[in-house]
Amino acid sequence: MIALDIAIKNKCYANSSSVVLKDVQFNVKPGEFIAIIGPSGSGKTTLLNMLSGLEEATAQKILCNQKPIKDCDTLQLGYIFQQPRLMSWLTVQENIQLVLPTAQKTKIKRLLAQVGLAGKENYYPKQLSGGMQKRVAIARAFAVNPELILLDEPFNSLDAPTAAKLRLLLVELCKSCNSTVIFVTHDLSEAIYLADRIIFMSDSPSSIVHQVTVDLPKPRKELGCNELTWQAKLMQQHPDILSGILSTTE
Amino acid sequence: MNCFSSAVMSPIYGRAIILFILASIWQITAWLLNSSDFPSFFTVGESFHYHFFQGDMIVNLIVTLKRVLLSFIIAMVLGVIIGILMGISKRLNQLTDTLLIIVLNIPALVTILLCYIWFGLVESAAVLAVVINKVPTVVVMIREGARVVDEDLLDVAKIYKLSMSKTFFSVFLPQLYPYIMASARAGLSLIWKIVLVVELLGRSDGVGFALNTLFQFFDIAGILAYTFAFIAIVLAIENLLFRPLDKLIARGGHHDRT
Repeated sequence: MIALDIAIKNKCYANSSSVVLKDVQFNVKPGEFIAIIGPSGSGKTTLLNMLSGLEEATAQKILCNQKPIKDCDTLQLGYIFQQPRLMSWLTVQENIQLVLPTAQKTKIKRLLAQVGLAGKENYYPKQLSGGMQKRVAIARAFAVNPELILLDEPFNSLDAPTAAKLRLLLVELCKSCNSTVIFVTHDLSEAIYLADRIIFMSDSPSSIVHQVTVDLPKPRKELGCNELTWQAKLMQQHPDILSGILSTTE
Repeated sequence: MNCFSSAVMSPIYGRAIILFILASIWQITAWLLNSSDFPSFFTVGESFHYHFFQGDMIVNLIVTLKRVLLSFIIAMVLGVIIGILMGISKRLNQLTDTLLIIVLNIPALVTILLCYIWFGLVESAAVLAVVINKVPTVVVMIREGARVVDEDLLDVAKIYKLSMSKTFFSVFLPQLYPYIMASARAGLSLIWKIVLVVELLGRSDGVGFALNTLFQFFDIAGILAYTFAFIAIVLAIENLLFRPLDKLIARGGHHDRT
């Protein structure tokens, strides 16, 4: 399991001089599930891209188990994007096989059964619904036994029942993998349902304006009584900060 | 009625019917004109039979096909490599863009003549002339394809630490297949034509040379017979090679063909 120590200051957009992340500092404990909430354009995706190595982070401090993350060559990373990003010319099975170093048919079958896609191994992405494609992307991310999983508003474009099913699936898979998770979302109730801790970011150039540990017992219920009460209490305690962030995320 | 319309709508029957109608129009026109400059369909058929079984048609076709194939492979390989490099490297594209436009617009005839003058009337000069004419068009198509490769999918390859070769062959190259197919199709038709000019100007065998000889005897039926043979080969390549490849590429609905 991995822990992260993140300190990002004055990070600009790629090919631009405008600062997107002004001061973002937080730690992630091994196996912790962190949700990040912030307005559109606050640099949440930039943050995930820096963690994943997709975006340059040389001048920043991002430590993974006390080592710079760019030096962690063996770190197994899973990234679930807003769009499934599947190769349309490969079948479901081939899409998952692509990220594995050796042929692992049995593992892929087991994973697909876990995400509810048993028997769809030879389907092409276009033959699947949006929710099913997301399931394939989730299966692909978990196929590499990820130590760190990054999720960028993965359930944003899905209908409510499908999103709810996928959240449940995510909880199960994270539990079985013991992965450290950073989950970007716009949805506070989703964050409360999934996360151990929620980090709130301000508008761009952004910084962390609030952090809160979700001290509700697991397993939680989506929009359950306890969860809704907890959410209402949080809103009451920090009305200025949260109403500003949440109104701009809608 | 339904059976008839569905038969007509079937692609193979549909194509056969169109070819039959064209042949009929030709035959009727030849009868009406009654001129040796416009031989009838049957006269061309007889000429085809003669050149195929008693003449050098098979040898000439094989020789030309060899040249076409060799030039095609060299032009495609070079064109794809240069096109990809220009597509992914802005700097290289800026450096070579003007050169590409110049080469693209040099008349084929000029290239052929220069190659023959500089390198002599030899096989390699003929192939080189064809390759020089074809490479720029392949480069242009592949470059456009490489420019619009989906970066998001390349990010997936980076995240999951795919090897360079896996990224290239499983993520990058499949996105270029439609462009490669388009340039191959356009390339083959262009290469056919250039090879004939090359043979006509400086070779002593091949279809181009045969057409030149037939032209000197005003053997229009013979010229048309060779044209038929040509068309038959192009149709065979289209149906046996390009269409199955198209289907393979379009699997999964990637770059759907309508």
